[in-house]
Amino acid sequence: MDMVLSSEVFLPDADNTSPSVTFLQELPSYQSILRRRTSAGGTQDRRQNNHGFARPPAAAKRNFVERAGVKSEAVVRSIREYALNIPEKRKLRDIQEANVKYLSGWDQLKQTRNKSWKKFLDETKELSSYLELWRNDIHSIEGKFGTGIKSYFSFLRFLVLLNFIIFVLMFSFITLPSTISQYGVLNSSYVKVPPKDIEPQCTVYTISGTKGLVYFYTYIIDLLSGTGFLEMTSLFYGYYRIDMVHFSAIKYNLPLAYLLTTLVYLSLSLIWIVKRSVEGFKQSFVREEDPFQSYCNKIFAGWDFCITDPNASRLKHSSLKYELKTDLEEERLRQKKARRTTEEKLRIYCLRIFLNIFVLALLSGCFYSIYRATIYSQENISNVSSKMTFEGNLFVQYLPSIVITLANFIAPLFFSYIIKFEEYSPAFEIRLTLMRCVFVRLANIGVLLFSLGNRIVCANEKCKACGYNYELYPCWESRVGQEMYKLMIFDFIIIFAVAVFVDFPRKLLVTYCSCKPIQWCGLQKFQIPENVLEIVYGQTICWIGTFYSPLLPAIATIKYFIVFYIKKISLMHTCRPSKKSVRASSSNFFFLAVLLIGLILAFIPLGLSMTRIRSSKACGPFVNFNSSWDVVPRTIRGFPTALQKVLNGIASEAFAVPFFMVICLIMFYFIALAGAYKRVVDQLREQLVMESRDKQFLIRKLTEAQKRS
Amino acid sequence: CGSNNLVSFERALDKFECNCMMGCLLHGRYHEMAPNIVPMDYTKDPDVKLPIQLIINMPELKENPFKERIVEAFSEDGDGNLSFNDFVDMFSVLSEMAPRELKAIYAFKIYDFNTDNFICKSDLEKTLNKLTREELTAEEITLVCEKVIEEADMDGDGKLAFADFENMISKAPDFLRYKNCLKNYQMLTCWSNI
Repeated sequence: MDMVLSSEVFLPDADNTSPSVTFLQELPSYQSILRRRTSAGGTQDRRQNNHGFARPPAAAKRNFVERAGVKSEAVVRSIREYALNIPEKRKLRDIQEANVKYLSGWDQLKQTRNKSWKKFLDETKELSSYLELWRNDIHSIEGKFGTGIKSYFSFLRFLVLLNFIIFVLMFSFITLPSTISQYGVLNSSYVKVPPKDIEPQCTVYTISGTKGLVYFYTYIIDLLSGTGFLEMTSLFYGYYRIDMVHFSAIKYNLPLAYLLTTLVYLSLSLIWIVKRSVEGFKQSFVREEDPFQSYCNKIFAGWDFCITDPNASRLKHSSLKYELKTDLEEERLRQKKARRTTEEKLRIYCLRIFLNIFVLALLSGCFYSIYRATIYSQENISNVSSKMTFEGNLFVQYLPSIVITLANFIAPLFFSYIIKFEEYSPAFEIRLTLMRCVFVRLANIGVLLFSLGNRIVCANEKCKACGYNYELYPCWESRVGQEMYKLMIFDFIIIFAVAVFVDFPRKLLVTYCSCKPIQWCGLQKFQIPENVLEIVYGQTICWIGTFYSPLLPAIATIKYFIVFYIKKISLMHTCRPSKKSVRASSSNFFFLAVLLIGLILAFIPLGLSMTRIRSSKACGPFVNFNSSWDVVPRTIRGFPTALQKVLNGIASEAFAVPFFMVICLIMFYFIALAGAYKRVVDQLREQLVMESRDKQFLIRKLTEAQKRS
Repeated sequence: CGSNNLVSFERALDKFECNCMMGCLLHGRYHEMAPNIVPMDYTKDPDVKLPIQLIINMPELKENPFKERIVEAFSEDGDGNLSFNDFVDMFSVLSEMAPRELKAIYAFKIYDFNTDNFICKSDLEKTLNKLTREELTAEEITLVCEKVIEEADMDGDGKLAFADFENMISKAPDFLRYKNCLKNYQMLTCWSNI
């Protein structure tokens, strides 16, 4: 059948040297592909047409329609999914409805129920897609700049939502009860924490600069650094000096609520991120690219015939060219790597070790400078007097933030420069540079907290009385909250300043000035990894700071909301589209993986400060406890004995060690399973290659046999 | 567009199996490219062909790197001059309605530059040059062509026959399976995933 069709459609040619191999269409694999497509609503086999215009004649279509209508199963596909035109779809619906009466009553019921359920699901999906925030903006970004950049903006939207939910949690469980009880709403009252058995000097807590005549600019400094009048508001930990809130009959344990809400928001973030990254992981694991046909797919199925816009076509040309070049480059590097001699390998490994040492040295330099900057800033904040000028004051307050931002800017430049000498494959190069940048950014926050922690907790006389340095830090949690607040504000200012003072002037220069070096620089490209690291850094600050400053997530939500618009405007007006096409699935997984690293790194300082450091005696809900975590054992002691025994049992070593061992065993089992599957997949791949070679051999033999006969 | 045209449009509509609106729209497009040559009245089945230069300037085809080959593949004598039937044919094959096997046949014709019923190395080189606007070096082009033949050639003759091509294209991934690219009269839709 197909041979006849081919000769009709093709132009007749004189010499056909080798007979066309026609039995490929009879292979079972080809038939099953056809069958799968047909059953999915495709087309039927054609009957030949006089004009040679091969189109399915009405009769064949009718058969298909009839066959589709009479389905023995109760599950009927939605008519929308068939690739037919409107009159045919109407015929199909009539046939389906006519066949309904042949089904039993139970099947009819199932059918109608399935149909209405599907309809309901479709409608809710449509409705919920309208409720999505920024749906149209992200759609237009995707159209102009591709899926890689679109995934950045979806990620930003996810962070806005996450921060908003955290804010709602903290507000409703911590801030709201405190505030309404302080104003006596709803018949509530509160018990202020009476200081028991505490040295008197630990409870002294005065906030400077709020009384008497102050300069006007003090208010601005206070707003920007969280000191002064802002320190006593519900923004910071120090405000919540309440033990128990009474709502008519209910007693609300605020310290317990404070601690539990912190744990809840951390676990909520963890679960949500893991859930989202699992979806991305599945997608990026199933390789979209066929390893056996990558070049053919790019050349014969690479051009999108829908493109009518000259810009889009230019983009497509360059992205295809870039893809082919990258593939060829990777092939060349692979061959080069295979041909490396032992000498060269030794040289490259030595070079890599040397460069890694250099990286470590650079990192230590950054960390040390942050440490010194923090110490200097803390010392001079305590000495702040009205003798200092406005700028000097602000500079001292923001010194750690400035140093961190500088380090975050310089280190990636170094990394992207030295990676070229290490001679890795291009994909690995990108990943390694990114990992190094992630590490630098997150470790910088850690160093800041560490140097702060060092000053708060000390081993000498100063800290013996209260367990922490009460002279310098009567309310150390608020101070940590202030540092996080300053970091967040500064980060926002930097994003805004870079967009206004760097991106737009660059665009103006490139548009209006035609000298060579500027034109060579060109418009900037939207660098996805750097931007993602920026917002992950901001989110890590938010996670760490929320415990010390419960309203910080609100600031983070507003900040990311505004950042979305800043980035979008900067992208649309000052960036040119990148020639590289980035796959959306792997991008999504990468963003969430980095965010997860940030979250896990946020656990560490929070965990340490909640369990190790004495909570301040002068402010906050944990005045009567040794540490913030102490609230939990004390609450458990108030439970009925049976429950106490159970909980104590769970926390004891007798339970924890076997539990840990069982978890290890299960994990080991899954790792072994994954290893076995990987081996099976490799074996099957090898087998596929063998089979394809066998097929080619057989076809060649058959062709020769045909020629001879 | 006149009811008497409907009768002669039958063959055209037959292909489309849609309503007469589509046929009228297509005729409108065909007519507006050269109003002096194309008659409004198709009852007498006039023998009118539009030259290739007019057709490759259509907005749907203008940005396509293979526009000349597409038009030549649908013309009766291979020179690119399309009658109205050929015109409708082109749009019908390049729409979402056309079966995949049909698209594969015409795709093969399009990439076969020297019309010898094989996609040989020179055809591949021309395809690649059109695709990347000649921005690859000669060495890269040779490498890519070799890779393509290595991947798709089944019978080992160093060039792709139709069977090889169809075998390869049937394994190309299905991206936009159900995405509806159909606009009002722009029937040229996403074919990249035949």
